[in-house]
Amino acid sequence: MTFDAVVEVQLRPGVADPQGATIERSLPTLGFGGIAGVRVGKCIRFTIEATDQAAAQAEAEDLCARFLTNPVIEDATVTLHEVAPA
Amino acid sequence: MPPTVGVVLFPGSNCEFDVMEAVGALGGDARLLWHGDPGIGDVDAVVIPGGFAHGDYLRPGAIARFSPVMTAVAEFARSGGPVVGICNGFQVLTEAGLLPGALQKNRGLKFLCTTVELEVATTDSVLTNRAAVGDRLRVPINHFEGNYTCSPETLAELQGDDRVVVRYADNPNGSVGDIAGICSAERNVVGLMPHPERAYDPLLGSGDGRVLLESLLAAAAGSTEAAA
Repeated sequence: MTFDAVVEVQLRPGVADPQGATIERSLPTLGFGGIAGVRVGKCIRFTIEATDQAAAQAEAEDLCARFLTNPVIEDATVTLHEVAPA
Repeated sequence: MPPTVGVVLFPGSNCEFDVMEAVGALGGDARLLWHGDPGIGDVDAVVIPGGFAHGDYLRPGAIARFSPVMTAVAEFARSGGPVVGICNGFQVLTEAGLLPGALQKNRGLKFLCTTVELEVATTDSVLTNRAAVGDRLRVPINHFEGNYTCSPETLAELQGDDRVVVRYADNPNGSVGDIAGICSAERNVVGLMPHPERAYDPLLGSGDGRVLLESLLAAAAGSTEAAA
């Protein structure tokens, strides 16, 4: 089975996010008064072959823990969607 | 025979010749090590210099730790060999798991290029065995991701085991505990954000980095038992 994977990497709660803070500070200038809690992360997409969704999830999470994130400062969430056979 | 210091060159490193120049000027024999080579030869110490190894893609140091040379560097470190990571080299060492913690973006989101004052916090490391605790050293910094962070448990361990090597006198980047550099539990692996190689001679604006590099050369020569 093939899955489209989306990994969202974000700074862990409590880790300072100067990019997010800078964006948030600029918002009132543009008239956006009610926006708060801006955090900047990154998004990594790939496809993954696995026997089933649980195996794909486990492999993607292993990849996140060992490479795509630095667990000291970052968390990741993995979202999978099965690719329909052509 | 002068001690040999291997300086690791990754694609994107940019301080390797500064380090080699400084090591040579202080009586060492500097040797360039290519990141793609599986070995480091018979060097007496290894320096991972500053720059942007592998373009800092994903995260600073994240790709560099997979370079073939890093397996040999890790083995060298495990066997007690002196290893120093400067700036991007510090980031590489944390990503490679040779030092704890991580370097995050500077508080204030500014790239910092200035000279700071450091305070030597321990002399029991391969980078400070010739210095004295409390020595004030003026050394340049040049980084965007130099804000050292770690878990409270790791911080307690670093402080309790006297593993903070140098501290900022006036914290420029938000590092926890004013930490500018730390060492491994075995004290032979040191990472720091400031650039001692850019301050090895007063002609460069400061000669205060000299004592740090002389300490490394002493450790490389095996002539100095780190002061107890």
